[in-house]
Amino acid sequence: MTGTLRVSVWRGAAAGRLVEYEVPAQESQTVLDVVSHIQRHLDPTLSYRFACRVGMCGSCAMSVNGVPRWTCRTHVRRVARDGRLELRPLANLPVIKDLAVEMGEFFAKWTRAGGAFVPAPGLGPDFARVAPDAPARQAASAGIECIGCGVCYAACDVVRWNEEFLGPAALNRAWTLLNDVRDGAGAARLGAVAGDAGCHACHSQQSCALHCPKHLDPTAAIAGLKRATAMAALRGAL
Amino acid sequence: MGARGETWLWLLQRATAVVLAFAVLVHLATLIYAVRHGLSAAAILARTEGNVAWLGFYLLFATAAALHAGVGLRTVLREMTPWRGAAADLLVLLLAALVAAAGWRAAFGLFA
Repeated sequence: MTGTLRVSVWRGAAAGRLVEYEVPAQESQTVLDVVSHIQRHLDPTLSYRFACRVGMCGSCAMSVNGVPRWTCRTHVRRVARDGRLELRPLANLPVIKDLAVEMGEFFAKWTRAGGAFVPAPGLGPDFARVAPDAPARQAASAGIECIGCGVCYAACDVVRWNEEFLGPAALNRAWTLLNDVRDGAGAARLGAVAGDAGCHACHSQQSCALHCPKHLDPTAAIAGLKRATAMAALRGAL
Repeated sequence: MGARGETWLWLLQRATAVVLAFAVLVHLATLIYAVRHGLSAAAILARTEGNVAWLGFYLLFATAAALHAGVGLRTVLREMTPWRGAAADLLVLLLAALVAAAGWRAAFGLFA
């Protein structure tokens, strides 16, 4: 691919504007390559985040032509429309500057959802033996590869309507821990994820699953939490 | 409302949805039957008056509809407006009671 890309980039904080840059198009060019070109060659004051460049760290997510994506693994040729890109910071998160958003609240919600592993009493010093084909292990494995990029959170309409909503990533984390036989905080975690700010607010619209770059299904995890909290309520254990 | 209360409301809405899924089908089938057979109001009343089964069905239907709509309206209010808390819950409860009362009145109207 040759020619020039016309790239509109959000500049400023909550109040700001789109600024257009012209970037040389190249073969196998990622959206992160485009942003880095702008920062290195056109405007060194552009702020954005990245670290690993290989889809592991979860720090480079942005809104690309209106869709939340991990930019290091997004090829320009797949998302550019008529040689144009519009890059904005992730939705549903406060903008610090340009393409960098404040992730504090996003991760605070992981904590509020009981996202920390709590060893079960009597776990012992030896390794826990967990059968790979056990249903709980399979359920945990289905959601364990989350990289915390915030794409699902930006894609979620319920987060936009209800700023208290814990969001797909935090609830997915809670579901993986609930299925971890070594964890001892299941009952408290069910209390943390139930209710208006938790799993019951989810409408199962599946934007999170559609946009997750790791192809996880947070909606299924949230449905699991709904079942688990409902069963706990029926048992009088919530 | 805490985690337990919200979970029970969620369960209530799912349970009433199951009731409504069947009740609406029965209700529609009854409507179609009455129209296709040209039943007059008097003919319908002759079938429902003193019929405990129809009374029970429509009392259950009206109650499920009132509860389902109440919980749903509460969720819509909380998502679409900044209005939350006890006052909003009370308003929704009153509306649900109104729907239930209207439904029960109609059911007893068919029965007696």
